[in-house]
Amino acid sequence: MNFFFRALYEIQEFTLLSFRTVRSLFRKPRYFEDILRQMEMIGTGSVFIIMLTGFFTGGVLALQSAKSLKSFGAVNLTGQLVSLSLVRELGPVLTALMVAGRVAAGIASQIGSMVVTQQIDAMRGLGTDPIKKLVAPRMIATTTMLPLLTVVADLFGLVGGWIVSFYTLRLNSALYWNTAMRSLSYNDALEGLLKPIVFGFIIGMIGCYFGINTTGGTRGVGRSTTQAVVTASILVIIADFFVSKVVLEFRY
Amino acid sequence: MEVRPAETKIILGGGGSGKTTILKMALGLVKPDSGRVFIEDQEITQLEEEELMPIRKKIGMVFQEGALFDSLTVGENVAYRMRDAKTHSEEEIEEVVRQLLGFVELERAIDKFPSELSGGMIRRAGIARALVGNPSILLYDAPTAGLDPITSRTICELVIQLRDLEGVASIFVTHDLESAMTLASEFAEALPSGEVVFKSEDHDLCLVNTRFLMLKDGGIIFEGSDESLRSADDSYIQDFLS
Repeated sequence: MNFFFRALYEIQEFTLLSFRTVRSLFRKPRYFEDILRQMEMIGTGSVFIIMLTGFFTGGVLALQSAKSLKSFGAVNLTGQLVSLSLVRELGPVLTALMVAGRVAAGIASQIGSMVVTQQIDAMRGLGTDPIKKLVAPRMIATTTMLPLLTVVADLFGLVGGWIVSFYTLRLNSALYWNTAMRSLSYNDALEGLLKPIVFGFIIGMIGCYFGINTTGGTRGVGRSTTQAVVTASILVIIADFFVSKVVLEFRY
Repeated sequence: MEVRPAETKIILGGGGSGKTTILKMALGLVKPDSGRVFIEDQEITQLEEEELMPIRKKIGMVFQEGALFDSLTVGENVAYRMRDAKTHSEEEIEEVVRQLLGFVELERAIDKFPSELSGGMIRRAGIARALVGNPSILLYDAPTAGLDPITSRTICELVIQLRDLEGVASIFVTHDLESAMTLASEFAEALPSGEVVFKSEDHDLCLVNTRFLMLKDGGIIFEGSDESLRSADDSYIQDFLS
């Protein structure tokens, strides 16, 4: 199979898996315990790295932007630049990339190991649909937890930006928070929450897709894990462009 | 091919000849390119995954490496089907799990994880899990592969017991000729005391409930009893047996 047909086949299979997963949400049985367990693992487990990522991104954003803004005499707008950049773009994308690295890899390796040790076959043989039991809970968990993690990243980013602005740039705290908060509109918050929902779906489904299609023993598990992280990261960046474009179209 | 109640079909053949694929087709895990599959007179060949679920409840499968869920204990593995179906109370599940683990002599391993078990214990736990719901059909995928003779014998006795005393229809895929011949030449009898004894066929008694099937390159090249298998002219079969 040449590259074009291979890519077409992969897209078809991914679309089918996504469709079956969404359809399974409306059919019994539902595995609430598994959903909560995955939310805990994906959400709570990722909070610390997301806090660090957000904090230092906000900090470096303030450092870098202040230098440029200074040349225009607009250093007072540092808070606005940090908040808009974080909420609209950097918060959702960086959170998604961090979660893609941690979670997509985890999902792909976990499901991939189950495939190569025939646990998925055993599960089907025991009358359980792996899409309902394994894929749907992970998809729901990533789709619901990523917006929450993004909010955490945004908040810590703003705090990081404030610390740099206050202690390094000697900006007034009230001025920083005032410009940061007043510059944000309802649409910015909407965009900042819509993106992580799309990214969460992509990360969860890509991890499950590569996990379920694992072949070739333990080496195959490693390959699936790498492919899941790379594909999820690239798709997040591509989806970011299209979601931004759609949101901007509706905004103006 | 056909398997009747209380009958065991032993499938022999080299690697890649399609033995495991037959088991997977019987369970509906893979669909055949041609031909049809029936489970208790119901055709399952083209059924969707959801339609297959109730049919799979009639079938138990013992996988080659056990395929136990490695994040669950032995007890949780055996209880899996009942907990998933939500048809039993926790007390009932506990009782069934203990009874099945007692049958395969693994009661003491109930709280152990699969990684803590030996190969033979994993296979026996796999048999216990496959027996949940009293399936009328059991599929064994090389359950004695890589095991020592004593453990293999224990597993064969379980298979014989299920065939002769419970009337379970089974397909037994194996490379292990010694286990295959044990299944074809011994039978189980329950004494009035409840004890189960194993006897060998002799001049007066010939077992007819265990038959062999030999595969080569995805096709059946032999079907019959152990006696006719031994006397077959086919050079491939003779090479395989020797």
